[in-house]
Amino acid sequence: MARSVTPRRKMINTTAAWAVGLLIFFPILWTILTSFKTEAQAIAAPPIFLGFDWTLENYSVVMERSDYGRFLWNSIIIAGGSTILGCIIAVPAAWSMAFVPSRRTKDILLWMLSTKMLPAVGVLYPIYLLFIEMGLLDSRAGLVVVLMLINLPIIVWMLYTYFKEIPVEILEAARMDGATLKEELLYVLTPMAIPGIASTLLLNFILAWNEAFWTLNLTAVNAAPLTAFIASYSSPEGLFFAKLSAASTMAIAPILILGWFSQKQLVRGLTFGAVK
Amino acid sequence: MGQIQLKQVTKSFGDVQVIPPLDLTIEDGEFTVFVGPSGCGKSTLLRLIAGLEDITTGHIEIDGKDATDLVPAKRGLAMVFQSYALYPHMSVRKNIAFPLRMAKMDPAEIDRRVNAAAEVLNLADYIDRRPGQLSGGQRQRVAIGRAIVREPSAFLFDEPLSNLDAALRVGMRMEISELHKKLATTMIYVTHDQVEAMTMADKIVVLQAGVIEQVGSPLELYRAPRNTFVAGFIGSPKMNLITGDEAAKHNATTIGIRPEHIDVVESGGAWTGTVGVAEHLGSDTFFHIHNTGLAEMLTVRAIGDVSLRHGDTIHLNPRTEEMHRFDADGLRIA
Amino acid sequence: MATKASRSAARLMMAPAVILLLGWMLVPLIMTLWFSFRVYLPLRGGDQGWAGFDNYIRFVTSSAFWPSVQTTLIIVLGVLAITVIFGILLALLLDQPMWGQGVVRILVIAPFFVMPTVSALVWKNMFMDPVNGLFAHLWRFFGAEPVSWLSDASLPAIVMIVSWQWLPFATLILLTAVQSLDSEQLEAAEMDGAPIVKRFWFIVLPHLSRAITIVILIQTIFLLAIFAEIFVTTGGAFGTRTLSYLIFQRVLESQNVGLGSAGGVYAIILANIVAIFLMRIVGKNLD
Repeated sequence: MARSVTPRRKMINTTAAWAVGLLIFFPILWTILTSFKTEAQAIAAPPIFLGFDWTLENYSVVMERSDYGRFLWNSIIIAGGSTILGCIIAVPAAWSMAFVPSRRTKDILLWMLSTKMLPAVGVLYPIYLLFIEMGLLDSRAGLVVVLMLINLPIIVWMLYTYFKEIPVEILEAARMDGATLKEELLYVLTPMAIPGIASTLLLNFILAWNEAFWTLNLTAVNAAPLTAFIASYSSPEGLFFAKLSAASTMAIAPILILGWFSQKQLVRGLTFGAVK
Repeated sequence: MGQIQLKQVTKSFGDVQVIPPLDLTIEDGEFTVFVGPSGCGKSTLLRLIAGLEDITTGHIEIDGKDATDLVPAKRGLAMVFQSYALYPHMSVRKNIAFPLRMAKMDPAEIDRRVNAAAEVLNLADYIDRRPGQLSGGQRQRVAIGRAIVREPSAFLFDEPLSNLDAALRVGMRMEISELHKKLATTMIYVTHDQVEAMTMADKIVVLQAGVIEQVGSPLELYRAPRNTFVAGFIGSPKMNLITGDEAAKHNATTIGIRPEHIDVVESGGAWTGTVGVAEHLGSDTFFHIHNTGLAEMLTVRAIGDVSLRHGDTIHLNPRTEEMHRFDADGLRIA
Repeated sequence: MATKASRSAARLMMAPAVILLLGWMLVPLIMTLWFSFRVYLPLRGGDQGWAGFDNYIRFVTSSAFWPSVQTTLIIVLGVLAITVIFGILLALLLDQPMWGQGVVRILVIAPFFVMPTVSALVWKNMFMDPVNGLFAHLWRFFGAEPVSWLSDASLPAIVMIVSWQWLPFATLILLTAVQSLDSEQLEAAEMDGAPIVKRFWFIVLPHLSRAITIVILIQTIFLLAIFAEIFVTTGGAFGTRTLSYLIFQRVLESQNVGLGSAGGVYAIILANIVAIFLMRIVGKNLD
């Protein structure tokens, strides 16, 4: 409902919106700024906003802690692996539901969604036990599977809503043109759905990257991702503000950038298509 | 070759039978049009022939061979969709080449055929563009191009002109007719527009509620509609269907007289009425007439510009030899 | 498009997703149900037999239960109220014509992408630390005594951290809904002489009602399960033990799996009640 307004009115809007926007963003900005301070400047009173000696020391200290790279790598493997695996399983399922709907399709979709709402804490111990039994505790493979299953309903839903927008006639044309089912998926559907598939991958990568319940409870050392790394700053290292900030910045920067790209699809993905 | 036979074909969606048992033969090389109001099952019938839907019972034979259980790709048919259904991520060239690529044809042969099709359809100027950059008429041509490269035994058209504007539609209608003359391949064409049916068809199949009302050449349907539905559906403006005493005079439940078969006379005439709306087209004039003493309003077509206006009294004389008579079941009385 | 061939292909292609999710749902659920009826203490003798409904009764009668329900309610309702009210205001503001709308949008959405452990730690240390935190500086600047947020005002502090994380979500969804409002409707109301407050109350708010319901339902599901924020800030101390955190402690900290599982069953039932309402809304939107 954008309307044209007077420049004065627009100025007021702009000022108000930027003020609120910066206020909300401030904790992140402050974290990023603090990461470039020395520890002394980070806790200086009164706080220094910009006039400090910029240093990269905190980053090199955090990087040098031999673990950091491994935590990062674990995050990438777990988030990336679960997303890709989820997509491989979800694309055929979403194709089926979008293009060959049956009377039960709607029920299946809603049921899938309902599994997403199972409170994790309610099933923590069984999963924990099963992981021990199968030797998956503190393994990346185990987390890839769990996070894939957690996000599978969202992936299926997002793909389903994107596929629904592709006219079924085009797929029928491919069928008339002699394409097999595999060729239809590979040469016609997938290329047409690339934007949708890409944003689905992106959003689920973000969700998996930030997931903190299972990653904290099912890992110890070997498979621990960045969520666990940051949690280790809980105390007493958390009092080293500059290092905490540097580590935090490194943990969130990639996701912030990816997130900004996917923000348009976010609404749709997170509301299961109920708000577009 | 491209003879298609439907034998006792039925189609049900769940408990609803949309096509009751139906028999139909489409001869090789024939241009057949399925026509009927929306929801009459004509598109469903086309999709059954294409193999995009399973038939519930019965058989479909293509060139004498049972094709009932064949997947669409194996039936040797090509289809042009209402929305054109071009692949948006491929250039025109790739779109047209797609069916050949799927058939694993030799690349040189694919090139040759695509170029030949482009020439026939005047696509050469935009062969490397994407469908999104083309106008409706151009997209239509690409869709036809994609169908002809396969050299199918029959073409299926599903309301291919309904997304075009009126002027383009007339042009494309002629192009498709010419293509049919040139290729001499069986074509099945679905439309709700009886003008398209009359102008293009060798054979028209009039459908209503999944039932074939009449099969015949355009002029057969025009001259001898088998029932009141066909009588009302074929011809523009619609045939006047008159019931009541006037029909009884002719020993029928309903009589039909086309607007062009009623003469406007100076005085006298069988019927007298008041002009309601008068549409002056120059070449013709259409009158909608009230107060004739008949139960129905009459439509009359006069040649040239007849200078009667709204509210004028008009005298009419139907040509009795052109009159159609129908019985209580709506069937034609010979 | 439905032929026998494509229908059977569809069933086949749906099978992996359905089977995996079915397993993921049923196996742990049945195990949880089973444990909830057992006396099961992994570190103190393991499975010691049938417990009947003892675990269920003990869970609700323990002194920690009602405070945890209260804590959960305060956090969920507090965060919902803050995010929905500010979310509507922000959405309306961001919808106004302005310069740099895209950038502001990005600034506002950013907190949603921050890892929960990171945001909890940043808030805990850099803002809420009673000595070096920014709030402490701010309080001292105005001559007030700095507050020990996470021990003396732990619940408001957690509500604030979680609200900061979820405000972007609410704003973004409400903004999408606001943008779909037909401007002619508002103009018609303006022509009819409705003042701005009435226009908001009678046109904008009803238009947003669906989006608001969805925000509330989805957030409720996530908020009932918040974990990391409590785990890294107070560890459940100072009256911040929510129902989920209590279950977590019963299972993993005190290793009383039977009792924890009974709590888990309560949590599952609770989540399902919310889920049913969400499903209704999403389901309506499917056709």
